Amino acid sequence: MMTDTTHLDPSAVAPLDGVGSVVPSRPDIEIVPKRALPIAVLVILFLIVSIAGNWFWALDFFHVVGGGLWTGIDLFVGLVIGPILGRLSLSARAEFSARFMPKMVLIMPTLVMMTLASGFQLALKLGNLQPTNPNHGWLIASFVVVGIMATIALGILEPANIAVLWEMKKPHPDGQVIGRLMKRFVYTAGVTGIMQIATLVIMTRVTTQ
Amino acid sequence: MTAVEHRRVPPIAEMAMASMALVIIGGIFMASYIPRRPPLALPTVLLVASSAVMVSALLMLRRLKDFAWSTFYRVAKWALVAYLVSAGLIEFAFVKDQTRGGPLVVVTLMLLIFAVNVPLIIGFTTARFEDRLHIG
Repeated sequence: MMTDTTHLDPSAVAPLDGVGSVVPSRPDIEIVPKRALPIAVLVILFLIVSIAGNWFWALDFFHVVGGGLWTGIDLFVGLVIGPILGRLSLSARAEFSARFMPKMVLIMPTLVMMTLASGFQLALKLGNLQPTNPNHGWLIASFVVVGIMATIALGILEPANIAVLWEMKKPHPDGQVIGRLMKRFVYTAGVTGIMQIATLVIMTRVTTQ
Repeated sequence: MTAVEHRRVPPIAEMAMASMALVIIGGIFMASYIPRRPPLALPTVLLVASSAVMVSALLMLRRLKDFAWSTFYRVAKWALVAYLVSAGLIEFAFVKDQTRGGPLVVVTLMLLIFAVNVPLIIGFTTARFEDRLHIG
């Protein structure tokens, strides 16, 4: 795969080993965006305080906002961004990923933590986990769906994300490695995106019983 | 495809993932009983099996030669910090919800396995590509 470099400053291109192509100079990649870390820390601290204080509104806020964003981002990345990314040239994919993936490293774990921790507390507080509650079975089903998604996300998606960023930080990134890991990222994002539809069905069912 | 591209590494990430899946199943089983006290037989079996798989993965990792250990430690160290915070938050929620005694011990050990497995997978996946020998 070759990239047109005629309009690029030759000093601003770096070779991609293995495929013999070149990409424009990449932005300095920060695997974890440090400037956004305090926001994530604040969100988690507020979440802990909300759980400790049993603040119903805050727990509901965390669950609705976190769950909505988590589901929306998963579906959008898996079913919209993913297929588009798969059709882009290697250099375009690399440039998009360099800007996109560090944000995902911080956003997704924070959203997942927000949603699950607040959701579990809400379920307890509302009595939905009582065996006699009509929502009990639905909640167990949601645990199973989340369990499968967590295994895929933590075992495949997140490691692929970090490994791509790590590879991109190298002076001469290996295009084959990035392509292979990105494929893994996009496929697993698609699978978790589809599983989010099951979560949407379960959650809308729980709130209307 | 060159010879080095065919070189394969032991299924360390897959084993760590299996270990993590076992504790997640145990965790779901226990959570499904809350607020009642869950039976501990099945979670304990899953915990023991998960520990065995994780220890095997760690032993396999230790035996690796020509491995980018500095990359592994650098990545796994920070991932461990992040996932210890995550596991700590879950532990806090269980303690807050009056989980005590045997169930708390099982949950704590499961969370510990979870907090070790994720950094292990992330560190290994990153480091295995470091020397560009392991494409397979």
